[in-house]
Amino acid sequence: MNLLIHHFWELTITGLTIGAIYALVALGYTLVYGVLRLINFAHSEVFMYGSFAAVWVLMALNAAGATGLGLVGFLLLGGIAAMAASALVAFILELVAYRPLRKRNSPPLIALISAIGASFVLSEAMGLRDKPFAWLGLDAKLADYVGRPRENTPLPALLHSQKLFNFFGYNVTNVDVIILVSAIIMMVVLDQFVRRSRLGRGIRAVAMDAESAALMGVNHNRVIRLTFVIGGIMAGGAAMLYLLKIGVTRYNAGFILGIKAFTAAVLGGIGNLRGALLGGFVLGVAENYGSALVGSQWKDVVAFVLLIVILLFRPTGLLGESLGKARA
Amino acid sequence: MRSLIKLGVPVVAAALALTACGGTKDNSSSSGSGGKQCDLKIGYFGALTGDAANLGVNIKNGVELAVNQYNAKHSDCKVTLETFDSQGDPSVAPALAQKAVSDKKLVGIVGPAFSGESKAADPIFEQAGLNIISASATNPSLSEQGWKVFHRVLGNDATQGPAAAKYIKDVLKAQKPFVIDDSSEYGKGLADIVRKDLGTAVVGNDAIQQKQTDFSGSVTKVTASNADALFFGGYYAEAALLTKQLRQAGWKGTFVAADGVKDDGYIKAGGAATEGAIMTCPCVPPDAAPQFAEAYKKAYNSDPATYSAEAFDAANVFLDGIAAGKTSNADMNAFIASYDKPGVTKQIKFDAKGEPASVSVWAYKVEGGKIVKDQEIK
Repeated sequence: MNLLIHHFWELTITGLTIGAIYALVALGYTLVYGVLRLINFAHSEVFMYGSFAAVWVLMALNAAGATGLGLVGFLLLGGIAAMAASALVAFILELVAYRPLRKRNSPPLIALISAIGASFVLSEAMGLRDKPFAWLGLDAKLADYVGRPRENTPLPALLHSQKLFNFFGYNVTNVDVIILVSAIIMMVVLDQFVRRSRLGRGIRAVAMDAESAALMGVNHNRVIRLTFVIGGIMAGGAAMLYLLKIGVTRYNAGFILGIKAFTAAVLGGIGNLRGALLGGFVLGVAENYGSALVGSQWKDVVAFVLLIVILLFRPTGLLGESLGKARA
Repeated sequence: MRSLIKLGVPVVAAALALTACGGTKDNSSSSGSGGKQCDLKIGYFGALTGDAANLGVNIKNGVELAVNQYNAKHSDCKVTLETFDSQGDPSVAPALAQKAVSDKKLVGIVGPAFSGESKAADPIFEQAGLNIISASATNPSLSEQGWKVFHRVLGNDATQGPAAAKYIKDVLKAQKPFVIDDSSEYGKGLADIVRKDLGTAVVGNDAIQQKQTDFSGSVTKVTASNADALFFGGYYAEAALLTKQLRQAGWKGTFVAADGVKDDGYIKAGGAATEGAIMTCPCVPPDAAPQFAEAYKKAYNSDPATYSAEAFDAANVFLDGIAAGKTSNADMNAFIASYDKPGVTKQIKFDAKGEPASVSVWAYKVEGGKIVKDQEIK
């Protein structure tokens, strides 16, 4: 209790940084749920592939040891690589795992099983990535990329954490600031895109009533594809920020994070963009308070008890409103 | 989704247990034929994949080297190595153990590698009478269960824990140690011993979970306590991230961990943050057994790592037993009990509980991106 009071701001800020990452991933769940009424359980793998893309690109560019502007450039490049890879994986996922089912009007449960299956396939493919290279005899040459495939793979360029300013006794670091600022920029851009752009209007129209939207000339399939790609870009951004904070990734890195992000989406009101953001931040902070109060091994328990309590009083989540009903 | 596997495994294990019940009983009596059997196997049981896979691979290599050397000498009567990849997961272990005990050609198991999986699997080995020698499981309670088949070739955490505490007190002269464990059988057991030994000097405690990646809460607690040393009971995957996040938050104390962290994977994932970290280990440094180190390097193109040499010794106990014709479980058990020969790590001899007769604990440290020996903790 003492710890929570004396280090309230430190716990809040570090909680907000991990919460920002949850929120970015949660956007992917909530967007897809909004237009398809489907929980895309493979979204956690979309995130994981993005993190590997960033690591590999920085490895290939020999980014280790870069400083100053060079480092900034490398990190931006890593972020772009992560977003591109995640968007690509999300795009392929929609094409392979969902569209064929949708064409045949399968019930939603089938799509859910397809999502779980896709999640396994993607994560195991990453966990077994050394095998195909071993068959080709390239595994020794590419050991940095594919060696020890089930273990932590570190991000080569290390951003040294530096104290920037003192905030109520907590020394806010450059890593905290970068994560929070870039996450908020991405969220604002997405929010404005969905609210103001033509494509965003399409997304909202499909979310509100897919059939009427189709009658009004909205291309249903294109909107769905776009939704997956946007979710992927957000997950890619989250992956880069995750690497800055945690420093390593591995084949199952998406699993727990995916569950947390999904929780954040439900907490805020699934299908609601601003809800996902709020849910992510609340969850991240609650976890930190929980671990300060009762021990770090209980932080998930605290977070999920909070989820249940909130859902008891607000069954549709904190903000509750769906994507389709969001005011323009 | 992974939890589906975890749910499924006990079910499968239960099913296997039911079907295997009839088949395993005659294992102990099927021997004593006197003639030499030439299709015998010894097993390796432990992680080959999963989060702490590398600790297991080092052990498997040690066993494999022993088997290969044996086969080179006994080319007319070879022994094969069968591996059981438990992923280090206690929920996977029982089903694998059932599979192992149903194989009549198997005369002994080197493993299980970790303490958690040992607790889950050893009762099955005990019931079937299949002898096991662990080269790495260090939880003290394993030898207190009355299991006749259980042996290990290294000191347990009742030796390692006090040694780690002693190192923190006497060598580091830490005034404010902090203790964190990973809530695992091994990590918590070890950390509790260290907590007890450090007593009132401990400024704070925390526990994390395996597979956790964000340690903000623990980092705040450690930095808030102004700890000058941290003991972590757990494995290298979490240790690397914890060290990294502590250093990022500007913590300057000494990171101390035990044998579960003594692996290159710790340095690979933790990077420069791991420099200066201390690990204790009831294992001897490779320079104590130069011939073994040389043979290992030739075979695997890398230096022997944690517990490779111990695994080599454990495998040789079984291989000597096979060479002496002790192929039944009962004969092998008596053979192990009377075993007293020099191994590459120490004189190999077991007491009545299956513990090694002599143990030593060493401290290692990370220096220049490598794990090097520091000193023996006496």
